[in-house]
Amino acid sequence: MITDEEMEMLLYDILEIYGYDFNDYAKASFKRRLNRLITLDRFPSFAEFRFRLKDDKEYFNRFIEQITVNVTEMFRDPDFYQTLRKEVLPILSTYPFIRIWHAGCSTGEEVFSMAIILKEANLLHKSILYATDINAKVVTQASTGVFNMMHMKQYTENYNLSGGIHDFSQYYTAGNNKVIFDQSFKNHMVFSTHNLVAESSFNEFQLIVCRNVLIYFEKDLQAKVFNLFDESLERLGFLALGNKESIRLSPANAKFKQVGTEKIWRKMI
Amino acid sequence: MEKDDLKKATKCVVIGGSAGSIKPLLQILSKLKASLDFPVIVILHRKNDPRSSLETLLNNGCALPVKEGEDKETLKNGIVYVAPSDYHLLIENDHSLSLDASEKVLWSRPSIDVTFLSAAEVYKKNLLGILLSGANNDGSVGLERIKNMGGKTVVQSPDNAEMPAMPLSAINIFKPDYVLKDSEIAAVINRFK
Ligand SMILES: C[S@@+](CC[C@H](N)C(=O)[O-])C[C@H]1O[C@@H](n2cnc3c(N)ncnc32)[C@H](O)[C@@H]1O
Repeated sequence: MITDEEMEMLLYDILEIYGYDFNDYAKASFKRRLNRLITLDRFPSFAEFRFRLKDDKEYFNRFIEQITVNVTEMFRDPDFYQTLRKEVLPILSTYPFIRIWHAGCSTGEEVFSMAIILKEANLLHKSILYATDINAKVVTQASTGVFNMMHMKQYTENYNLSGGIHDFSQYYTAGNNKVIFDQSFKNHMVFSTHNLVAESSFNEFQLIVCRNVLIYFEKDLQAKVFNLFDESLERLGFLALGNKESIRLSPANAKFKQVGTEKIWRKMI
Repeated sequence: MEKDDLKKATKCVVIGGSAGSIKPLLQILSKLKASLDFPVIVILHRKNDPRSSLETLLNNGCALPVKEGEDKETLKNGIVYVAPSDYHLLIENDHSLSLDASEKVLWSRPSIDVTFLSAAEVYKKNLLGILLSGANNDGSVGLERIKNMGGKTVVQSPDNAEMPAMPLSAINIFKPDYVLKDSEIAAVINRFK
């Protein structure tokens, strides 16, 4: 188990050498990730882990891949997608062109879920989904639209619970252990790396989806990211967060109003 | 501000349970004193159903307020916090809670071990850990850590547990301070100094 002091040194090295700032990540889970990686890669001591990280740029890529939590699923929290279908998409449909940002998209399950509900609402043809993540490897994976067959039973259930009325299997082709989603969805998607901690706004959106990312940040960093989202949203645009996340305790809250009981807010000014 | 700082928890009780633990937990909560000068954190394995309200069930028989633990919330004395389903619950050095949706540990999220380990680091000897009935072996490693860090440990006695596997797996790896029937556990919490 590494100590708080060791973690601090490491965070400093990483910022100094690679320019990535993890200082305002929630410490308890970040430390858990560090300990996990040290065990996984069998470092005999913290000193050796630190040395490798400082000395080996390739290993830093692995560090980013392993330190981030990329757990995700299609139609995660089906009620959330139901609310999007019922309350948000009808409003978005009045725009000539719809821009959506998935910040922290991980391996893309959330982005393809969104494309499916847009398609079913007959809005996909005028939509663009920007999918970004700090972890380059998951972004590349997301851009393939290939998912593990193993999870399809649960995703189908989630889809049905989200208010889907079609046969879910019409959206993908099954291969060995993998399924490939309808590749025409990709015509409406743009994939890129983007670090919420350091990078600025790159467009104006009508909907920003950032789910299960902010729980890994400390309060002040959360507030900073909410400001970034505020800058990146059109007036009357929507911000969607994870089931256990809220804008309530951040200063940006004053500009937003919650939509129903799901974790969706609308920018009022 | 000063008043808030005084109220901030300096010690803590963590309770973990799985299959067969609702009954002993209700039994324990119903006997807690109405004012405790520490928070109580409950980690239960439960079905991932956002609509099932475990908090309501637990609240009914308990003199203390019972609520779901929220991300970034600062722990307060005399409140019972329940880990939300499908998230690990961690404790920060400033005694606030962090949620984490990372991989399951021993097929469980929330994982009892994850919370126990994190609480042990923060509270050290000022921690009381309690492990109840369950059909797996989550919690034993975390409870052992609590003991090694100087905290107090209680295991529900296997004869008294509907599912003895979880208490047994703890007893098999170390010697807890107390092995007790469910009806005897609340008294240990009420006396915790
Ligand atoms: C738990 S996943 C969430 C995936 C999806 N949004 C969902 O809710 O299922 C969190 C993602 O946030 C990404 N992330 C962490 N820090 C980030 C940062 N500073 N900027 C952008 N993405 C970040 C991680 O790489 C990870 O893929």
